[in-house]
Parts: sequence; structure tokens; C-alpha cells
Amino acid sequence: MGFYLGIDLGSTTSKAVVLDEDEQIVGRGLTNTRSNYEVAASLAQEEALVNARFYYLRRELEKSESGAPGCEQLFQQLESDFRLEQHLFRVNRLHETCLEALENSSALHLLSSARSALDAIFTECREEAVRDFDLHQADRSRFFRDIIGSQYMALAEKHSTRTLPYDFLLNIYDRSILKEENRSVGFTFESALGAARNRTAAHFPQHASLLQTVASRVLERPLEVLACVGTGYGRQRLPFPKEQIRSEILCHGLGAHYFFPATRTVLDIGGQDTKAIQVDDEGVVTSFQMNDRCAAGCGRYLGYIADELNIGLHELGPLAMQSRRSVRITSTCTVFAGAELRDRLSLGDSREDILAGLHRAITLRAMSLLSRSGGVFNEFTFTGGVAKNSAAVKALSQLIAENYGERKLNIHPDSIYTGAVGAALYARRASSDRKAA
Amino acid sequence: MSNPATHTHNVKKDDSMLRQKNMLSEYYRRVSFAHEEGKKVVYSFVPGNLTELFLTFDLVPVYPEINALQNGMRKVSARYIQTAEKIGHSEDVCTYVKCDIGMLLEGNKGPTGERIPEPDLLFLSYTGCFTFLKWFENLACHYGAPVALLHTPYQGDGTITQNMRDYMVRQLRDEIIPQLESISGKKFDEERLRSMLRLSAQAEEDLVAVLQSARLRPSPIDAYFGGVYYIGPIFTAFRGTQECVDYYAELRREIEERAAHGLGPVTPDGEMAEERYRLVVEGPPNWTSFRDFWKMFYDEGAVIVASTYTKVGGVYDTGFRHNPDDPLGTLADYCMGCYTNLNLPSRVNLLQRYIDEYQADGFLVNSIKSCNSFAAGELLMLRELEKRTGKPGGFIESDLVDPRYFSAANIKTRLESYLQMIEQKRKGKVH
Repeated sequence: MGFYLGIDLGSTTSKAVVLDEDEQIVGRGLTNTRSNYEVAASLAQEEALVNARFYYLRRELEKSESGAPGCEQLFQQLESDFRLEQHLFRVNRLHETCLEALENSSALHLLSSARSALDAIFTECREEAVRDFDLHQADRSRFFRDIIGSQYMALAEKHSTRTLPYDFLLNIYDRSILKEENRSVGFTFESALGAARNRTAAHFPQHASLLQTVASRVLERPLEVLACVGTGYGRQRLPFPKEQIRSEILCHGLGAHYFFPATRTVLDIGGQDTKAIQVDDEGVVTSFQMNDRCAAGCGRYLGYIADELNIGLHELGPLAMQSRRSVRITSTCTVFAGAELRDRLSLGDSREDILAGLHRAITLRAMSLLSRSGGVFNEFTFTGGVAKNSAAVKALSQLIAENYGERKLNIHPDSIYTGAVGAALYARRASSDRKAA
Repeated sequence: MSNPATHTHNVKKDDSMLRQKNMLSEYYRRVSFAHEEGKKVVYSFVPGNLTELFLTFDLVPVYPEINALQNGMRKVSARYIQTAEKIGHSEDVCTYVKCDIGMLLEGNKGPTGERIPEPDLLFLSYTGCFTFLKWFENLACHYGAPVALLHTPYQGDGTITQNMRDYMVRQLRDEIIPQLESISGKKFDEERLRSMLRLSAQAEEDLVAVLQSARLRPSPIDAYFGGVYYIGPIFTAFRGTQECVDYYAELRREIEERAAHGLGPVTPDGEMAEERYRLVVEGPPNWTSFRDFWKMFYDEGAVIVASTYTKVGGVYDTGFRHNPDDPLGTLADYCMGCYTNLNLPSRVNLLQRYIDEYQADGFLVNSIKSCNSFAAGELLMLRELEKRTGKPGGFIESDLVDPRYFSAANIKTRLESYLQMIEQKRKGKVH
């Protein structure tokens, strides 16, 4: 069976989507971009392909045990165990990298105590992963760095002594995590699935043979990527020929049309830029506007604000929703985000009210781009990371209603993949064009 | 998409380019020695410049806008702008102004490194740009030089009336010419002016032929990036001279030869092999990343077939020529007809005409952050043109000479998206 791959290399996250020949989404991959677009592209792609294999695995499972109780539970356990294997693989690799970094450090007197500390830290990380992995999995916006980072730091504090300072252990980690993040996957689907299967079979011994049959069927099925298109902020860094690179504006337009065919206006607020796009009834872009070189009011701005408040990005929206009196914020300058926030806090405004004001300010900027692109028409689709933020959605809905009247607002649960879906659709269409020719 | 580049190395410079280069370096030399050679120096803006009149009095014209853009291309504008900001010019002030003032504060070394002499007169022909007034106010204050103000009535309702013309001729006769006589110590020689205007018209004829060659497919010229070179001599110190006539005759021959061979434009990155998009562009180019900016179009096979920026120093392709039989009246018509002096509906009409006549696939606005004169209303123009022509409009933002406002990634994204949008529209379905 053939597939079409779309990759969206965003400035914050990189996404990949696998479509089957019927244009159904069968695989999704998401990773943090950090500073390396090449690695991010390969990781997102790999994850989407793994995800596609699991899609078929689930189908095989349903086929062979249709109606059997516990089928879904079995699948979820297997998928979770697979992720755990992936995670443990990376923990081990990071462990080795830390040990190498230690060997190369000049602090010879700390060598043996630090080695023991690292061994202890990583053993505990592994144990914790096995114990609580489902918990970490619940929040998919947390990437490997986020999970391992907080664990390592807590454990490093525990294992540091007067002679083995915390800063020293932290330094080893900082150097190693960068290397780890810039590595590609490093294991095969087959080996990870094998290990995961054993783990799952331990939970469900009665299904051991079923798991084996299903797994081998999935492994026999070749995954052939027929065509691939890349888009997004880092698209120039993809090792693709020019005809396989598409503008993210076109991809977002087509992706939004895929999810909601009646879409006429699309707003995408990503990490680095904001785009207001008008599309026709086929998803073809007819007009667009995007922010100029200044990334004020984009997702990155919210990221800085979250860092400044020392909270997670996903906590911003819910906090702002608790506001009772939104503070009027005029500047959405990313560079001065922290200063503005501290100013307001020092004036005695509450975090919730300030955050509500900040969300309104970035939405106002998006409204300006929307109006410059031609307005807001029915249906209106909101995409990009910021569409996950409830306070931004609330502010946007209010402003649209005030300025354009009632509009149907669409936000798809897979909205973060909109650009990648558009790219995959372009891959599919380019490929059928070639066949027709 | 195939790469349109076929020859990326050993780009042949046309004879006309070398000729222009020599003309410019000779000009800057002449400027720097003007006072030593007993000549008087007059500063003037490009829109509504009266070069023939200045030359009639043997005055040496200096164009601060040209110095600024040349400094932008030579990558020194950022420093000059910062110098101007240090003495209090805000971030939002026209960057030509700040670049010029910065240059002045740092010793007035021109783009060739030679010193630009102080002005003996600031000739201010107001042609639709209010900043011009403030710019020369600043220079007048700094140099203590006199200002000659030629008030050019704005074409607010899109026409030039006899009253407006009379008003300008009166100013020229009663105020400007006496001032020029007094500065230069020379009597006004109308015959000399007539003979210069005759040469102007001759060069203008060839310029128009060059610009209109872009009607061909493929276009032998790029009427924006290449166009800014083509307008160089006639928009500045050379209009009305034999040198200028010779330059345009040579340029026209070259372009006609390219056209006869069916060749596309010459660019710094090689010859444009395949013309994939024909665009009309509104607004000045960015000077600090001029080549990178051009290359973005070149890489996509996009050719600019007509632009409004190449009309700021005179709109010739709608029929105007300097008329030696009516020397002062024709100078008045020239000033009032410059692109910067046109109202929004006239600009829209001109753009529409270009889109139709040059069979453009679309039109693009390069909106200049620090130029309100140009930028105000450009989005409205875009929408109106979309409506009238059914062709897609594109919008990018940059600046004249402040490199801080040029984001290559952002412009590339917008430009590529725009061109892909045209491609989709052409095919009529999603591909």
C-alpha cells in the first residue's frame, strides 16, 4: 500500500502526517524543533510512520478479535509500551552520553562520585518511567527533553553533595541533552515492537499469541511512501527538490479545507508568524496577509510569557480564563514581553487579569491581519499551536462577533497538523498528476 | 519547479551598464570638486527635479535620495541611520532622511568615498511627499543654506488644470529663475534650456521604448530591478545632456537586440532562462538587500514587466515628453505628472493599465515601512485592482535603506506563497 507524507517544519514544533490513498490520515508525528530542522524532520517523519503502522495494527487487531472484550485496552497497552521502549532507549542513550561527557570533563577528582551519581539518577529515571509512563504520555505537548529534564534536575539535586555540586551534574546534562536531541531515532520499529510486545504480553498473557500474529502481519506490510511534500518555516532545510517544497500558506489553506470543506477564512498563529488566509471552495488560497518581520503576538510571545511566569505553555489559557477584569495591554512585542509582565505585576494587577489582557492583545494583532486579508467569512477555521489556547480562542471569538457578526468557528483536534495535512495532500495530487501524465 | 538559472557565472555586463558606471563615478568626482572649480551646488529631490534648468545655470545638482539609496546598496546606511537616531530622529522617520543626516554628521562622504560639498541652494519642489519639506528644513538648519520652494500642486482630483499650470509657470518665472540667477551669477538663457529639453525628449523616447519592450514574451528586461538602473541617468544629473541621449540610445539598441533574439533579462545571477511569472510591482525596492531581493524573484522565474517606482522621476510612458517649445510650461507639467504627485485613483488606473498592457499574471506591493507617502492606501489599491482585473495581488513589506526592516525569510515565504497562489489560479484547481 502506498502513502503520502507531508512534513511541516515549524519554528517551535515539527509535524508529519501520513495519508493513505483515500486521503485518510493514518499517521501523525510531532516533535519539538529546537534548533535542528533536519533532525526534527526525520523524527517527526519517523513518528508519523510508526503511528501509521499502529493504525494498521489496530485494524488487524480488530479484524482478528472483532468484538472481543479488551481489544482496545490491549492496543493501548501495546502502544504505550512501545512508547515506553522508545523512551527507555533514549534514556539509556542519554545516560551513555552523560558518562562520555563526564570522561571528557577536566574534573578528574569528581569522576568516580559523579559516575555513581549518574548511574543512580538514570536508574531512577528508568524506574520512574516504567512506573508512571502513562502519566507522562497523557500530555503529548511534553517532549523527551521536558520529561527527562525535570526528572534529572530533581534527582541531581538529591544526589549532589558538598563535593559533587549540583551545578556540575547540571552542566553534564546540558551538554548531553543537546547531543541527544540532535540524534535521529536510532532503533528499528521491529526491535522496539518486539520489546513492547513482550512487555504487553506480560500484562495480558492470554493474548500473547494474538499479539505475535498481529505484529508479524503489520511488519510484513511494506510502508511505501509514494510522494512527500515539505512546508513550514524551516522548509528550505529539507533535503527535498524544489518541487517538493510548498508554501506553508498554501498548505494551511488546503489543510483547513480538508478538515472543514466549508472554510473560507483561515487564521494560523504559529510560533514565528501569524497568517490570515482566504480560500475558495476548493481550498485554493485567494488572498493572504502575514505579520512582517516582527514576530510580535505570535506563539513565541506566549512561550516567553510562560517562561517568565515559570509555568507551562498549556497553563496560560486556563489561567487567563479565570480573569475577572482584563488588563489593557498595548504592546505585543516579544522582546519586551517579560518587562511588560513585570511592570503590570508591580502595579498590582493579578496574573490572571494580565494574561487575559495579553491574549486579547495578540488577538487584536491577528484581527488586523484578518481584516487586511479581506475579512472573516463563514466558516472560519483557527489553526496553529495558539488555537489550543482557550483564552486566545475566547478573545478571538468575541472580536470576530463584534466586527463581523456571527461566524462558525472551527478548531479541529488535529489542528496542529493542518500544514502537514495540506503538504501531504499536495504530495498526493502531484503524484496523481504524474500518473495521469 | 526547475531552476531558471542557466549561467550563474561570468555574467556579461552590458556596455550600457559600464557606461552608466563611468557616468556616475565621473559625476561624483564633479560633485566633489564643484566648489574648487568655482561651481555652485544645488540639492534637489528626484521627483520634480529641474535638472535641465540647473544645468542651464551651470549648477551642479546633488540628489540626497540617490546618495541614501547608494549608501544602502553599499551597506553603510545602517550606521548612518543609527548616527541620525543618536541625535534624536525617531525610528519611524523616513530612512532616506536618517541615512542622509547620518552621512552629513559623519563628514558627508558620498557613496564613492568622495566628499559631497555643502549646498549653495536647497531646491525643494514639493511633489506629493511632505517629508521632503521637513528633510530640507533640517538641512537648511544645519547648513544655513537658502531654500527655493517650488510648490507643485497635488493632482488631488487626478487632472492638471490650466490654473495649476499657470501657477507653476509664474513661480518658475518670478521666483525660481531669479533665485537661480542670483546663486549662479548667470543670466537665464532660455535658448540653452530649450536645447536641453530637446535632448531630454530624445532620451525619454528611448527610455519609453526600453520600458515597453517588457510587453514582449519573454520580456527582455526586468522593469523593476533592472528598471532602477535604466532610470538612473534620466532621473538624476544627466537629463538634458548629450551623455544621457547617448546612454539611452545604446541601452535601447542592446535591449532591442535581446528582444530580437528572444532573450530574457540579464540579472546579477545570470540570464533569466524561463519566464514563469510576469508581475507588475508597486512601491520602491529595498536597497540594503537589493541583490538578495532580486534573486528571490529570479529563483522563481518571476519577471517584473512594469513598475510604478520607475515613474517617480517622471511618468513618460503615458505620453509626456519635455517640450522645448514651451520650456517653463513643460517643466510644470513634468513636476505635476511625477508618480508621487498622483492621487490614489490615478495610481490605480496606471497600475491597471500596466497589468492589462503588459499581460501580467498579477501585481505585487512592496510596502515600505518608513515611507508613508507611498504606503498609505496601498492595500486599498490592491483590493481595487484585484476587483478590476481579477488578477491576484500580493503584499510584502520591507524598507528603503534600513536593513533592520528586511527579513529575508519572511519576504521569501510571502513571495513564494504568492507565486504558488498564481500558479494554482492558472491551473484552476488544486495542484
